[in-house]
Amino acid sequence: MATVPVTVTVNGTERTTEVEPRTLLVYFLRDQLGLTGTHIGCQTGQCGACTVQLDGEAVKSCMVLTVQAEGHAVTTIEGLAPAGTLHPVQAAFWEEHGLQCGYCTPGMVLTAEALLRDDPDPDDHTIRHAIEGNLCRCTGYQSVVQSVRVAATRMAEGAQPEPLLRRS
Amino acid sequence: MRRFDYASPATIDDALALLAGGDGAVRPLAGGTDLLTLMKADIATPERLIDIKRLAELDDAIALDADGLSIGALATLDDLEDDPLVRQLAPALAEAAAAAASPQLRNMATIGGNLLQRPRCWYFRSSLVHCWLKGGTECQARDGENALHALFDQSPCVAVHPSDLATALVALDASVRLRGPAGERSLSLGEFFAPPTDDRRTENVLAPDELILSVRIPPPADNARGTYLKAMDRKVWAFALVGVAATVARDGDRIGAARIVLGGVAQTPWRAREAEDLLVGQRPDADLFARAADAALAGAAPLADNGYKIPLARTLIRRALAAVTADGAPPA
Ligand SMILES: Cc1cc2nc3c(=O)[nH]c(=O)nc-3n(C[C@H](O)[C@H](O)[C@H](O)COP(=O)(O)OP(=O)(O)OC[C@H]3O[C@@H](n4cnc5c(N)ncnc54)[C@H](O)[C@@H]3O)c2cc1C
Ligand code: SF4
Ligand code: FES
Ligand code: FES
Repeated sequence: MATVPVTVTVNGTERTTEVEPRTLLVYFLRDQLGLTGTHIGCQTGQCGACTVQLDGEAVKSCMVLTVQAEGHAVTTIEGLAPAGTLHPVQAAFWEEHGLQCGYCTPGMVLTAEALLRDDPDPDDHTIRHAIEGNLCRCTGYQSVVQSVRVAATRMAEGAQPEPLLRRS
Repeated sequence: MRRFDYASPATIDDALALLAGGDGAVRPLAGGTDLLTLMKADIATPERLIDIKRLAELDDAIALDADGLSIGALATLDDLEDDPLVRQLAPALAEAAAAAASPQLRNMATIGGNLLQRPRCWYFRSSLVHCWLKGGTECQARDGENALHALFDQSPCVAVHPSDLATALVALDASVRLRGPAGERSLSLGEFFAPPTDDRRTENVLAPDELILSVRIPPPADNARGTYLKAMDRKVWAFALVGVAATVARDGDRIGAARIVLGGVAQTPWRAREAEDLLVGQRPDADLFARAADAALAGAAPLADNGYKIPLARTLIRRALAAVTADGAPPA
């Protein structure tokens, strides 16, 4: 059975390649493009570790075929802010301890960023509804909700990506 | 996942031609959230997928006209959750969509695919078991692990329909528009969903070479209100143990018309007609709701492990009826 050509814009760069139709988007990103910030947990659409943005909307990349992304734009955690900088959502997770082991974090951050574009001032209920599809074994979610709230405030004040090195 | 071919035809006619030649080994691909799950587990093994999301003639539009609300087959669960028309005219559907799956899946999952998703029976979802619904001779759940299974016996299979949207849409008296090689037809969802039989081991009467084009919800009656309530193992993001959709139209201080539909209790969305009959013409109060709830479950035939669903369903019915008849809240 034949491979098919696909062109997907990943983190702003157009990528053209041949894939087998059965190639899941998460494997295209990790194995072909080396973007291993997108994690794999369950592979059955439950955990949310593989969350990326497809045309700006959070989706589970283990439930999407690469051919379904043909002609569309994908954002992974690597592309959320310019290299060497942290997006305000990432900075807020850092400061508010929105992560512990970090396994869920790329997916959590991408879900949160998509929420804030849709609703820049979400209440706690809205934040919790938005992150329902991202499982976290560590934080108990409270600090994640707090991180998203802080990110919303910062972004309303005009926060921009900031250099990572300033923080270490 | 096994290998398969992928086709992205330009028109519905081309898609139908590909499906017609396929003898069931060719499947439409919408969001892929159920189909890929089945393919990963080797439960579905299509040789070719036809991408219907790229068909220009098939859309995700939600529009209102004199015949009610029309929803394109490609509308996502996220579209339904947020759409102002759906929230205003069919709140039970918006609530059902919001309670289904998880946000990332709702961004991909379409209404058409949701109505066609296969049961969640653990024997069905296991590649190790060739149960009756998959073409075998025996239902392993009937005398096996059946805590999530049906209260009403409609077929050799006792799996329940997993769709939250289906329950709400039957309560809203919705219909589907289908297109196959012979042209278009419309079916009420009450006719569309049908318990599997020896000759047709699916939960609906869609032919393998037919597509769902759209879903239509008739205009709500004056003073009609509706809601969808769902009981789950955990508070979010699980399939319904029991779901209840109720629509009630008031006639002065009495109930003029009512539909009560249960999910999670049968192979198809289950209309509680005895309860509906009992409500019509009566003044709403707690005693009436309790009698309606009892009537709805009177014919239930629980299996070994699922008797808990009876009090669960009764309670949800009482709550749903109280919610849609409470004074003060605006009609929706
Ligand atoms: C982890 C998880 C949790 C879930 N929880 C819930 C839940 O709580 N409640 C709930 O209701 N659902 C739930 N779902 C199911 C989910 O909502 C469905 O998988 C989804 O709606 C299917 O839509 P799709 O577009 O992805 O369909 P696909 O997977 O693309 O297709 C499903 C089937 O329909 C066929 N098909 C699709 N569109 C058409 C069409 N227009 N015409 C003809 N055939 C078509 C396909 O060939 C396939 O057989 C859950 C799913 C997952 C993975
Ligand atoms: S309930 Fe249906 S799906 Fe489950 S084992 Fe029995 S026949 Fe198969
Ligand atoms: S790996 Fe995709 S949802 Fe778990
Ligand atoms: S930080 Fe460990 S899973 Fe969320």
